[in-house]
Amino acid sequence: MLAIVIDDSKAMRLILTRIMQGLSFDVLEAADGREAIERMEQGPLPDVALVDWNMPVMDGLEFVHAVRRHEGWRSVALMMVTTEGEKAQLVRALAAGANEYVVKPFTPDAIAEKLMLLGVGD
Amino acid sequence: MTVDPGTFSYVSGLVHAEAAIVLGTGKEYLVESRLLPLMREGGFGDIATFVMAARTRQDDGLRHKIVEALTTNETSFFRDREPFKAFADVVIPELTRLLPEWSPIRIWSAACSTGQEPFSLAMLVTDHPQLASGRPVEILATDINEKVLQKARGARFSQLEVNRGLPAPMLVRHFERVDTDWRVVSQVRDLVSFRPLNLAQPFDLPCMDVVFLRNVLIYFDAETKVSILRRMRRVMQPHGYLFLGGSETTLGLDDGFERVQIGSTSAYRPLGLGGQSTDALTSRSVLSRLGANQ
Repeated sequence: MLAIVIDDSKAMRLILTRIMQGLSFDVLEAADGREAIERMEQGPLPDVALVDWNMPVMDGLEFVHAVRRHEGWRSVALMMVTTEGEKAQLVRALAAGANEYVVKPFTPDAIAEKLMLLGVGD
Repeated sequence: MTVDPGTFSYVSGLVHAEAAIVLGTGKEYLVESRLLPLMREGGFGDIATFVMAARTRQDDGLRHKIVEALTTNETSFFRDREPFKAFADVVIPELTRLLPEWSPIRIWSAACSTGQEPFSLAMLVTDHPQLASGRPVEILATDINEKVLQKARGARFSQLEVNRGLPAPMLVRHFERVDTDWRVVSQVRDLVSFRPLNLAQPFDLPCMDVVFLRNVLIYFDAETKVSILRRMRRVMQPHGYLFLGGSETTLGLDDGFERVQIGSTSAYRPLGLGGQSTDALTSRSVLSRLGANQ
């Protein structure tokens, strides 16, 4: 299984990458939504994207909109991993097409359980 | 800091006597981690002194706190998923077909800890299309530990807690933000009633259609498991479903249950109804609800 971790914080990318590798995922990284789109266009297509909200160039919500507009990318599960914890933000992200939502801080178990909810991974 | 053998022996004996829970050798770490906060709260310098105070005091307040601290278990929303899927996809449709419209569906979350299990069930009940007609549903949630029940009654969960196992759409639908926490909305909250109950002692409850007794039996010795399962069977409807934890079974403990496979999980049903028609089951179930002799 392939995951892409999209976060402008290198430290957060490292944490999430290690968690995903521990769950037997191969992991791509991107520092913002635009870079992630470019990586996905080059292929291969990830099974799941872990997406921060606040990033330069293209933020997480724009990324979710962009992925959901793309006919061939419908299979990609989208999980927001963000500090944005207000209910209104959750509603916006889900309405845009995100499948799951984790508010930082989180435990590795939380990520694993959300992946199970999405039917991605073991 | 470590727990000396004498202290461990006293604590494990106390917990076994009060709650029939077995703390075998190797669980010293658990005793230490659970008693440290109580020790600090009481102003004691070490665990041995704290436990000695509990042993020698007239009132049993400290002893009760020790038992409570060691009976709090790991929990999360929709833990292990499959039993909840079986509940929503198979058990609820079957019960709505079997029972008359006026008859309440009674569900028991036995050892509910801080409430994630009964509220998970309540969310599924609220969302279930076959319960949209307003059929009464009662969810009883019990635990030996008054402290966790107090938290459960508040129905407030931290961000870390709602991150665990709760699908985001359900968080949006069934929770409201309260400061930095999330609170279960009243429509879901009101389906659940909480009360203290010690499974290791005799209990008197109305007959249940569904019992969740998950990851509880593992803590008890064999004799207590047998008596708990026997009492469970007495408060279950003939058509009832008992859900145990993944590593738990009635096999070798109580031959009054049969194991049924539901999807990739299993449940246990009271035996003794082989060959009866659905009508016969319905009549018997309704009679038992009315308190008639069977």
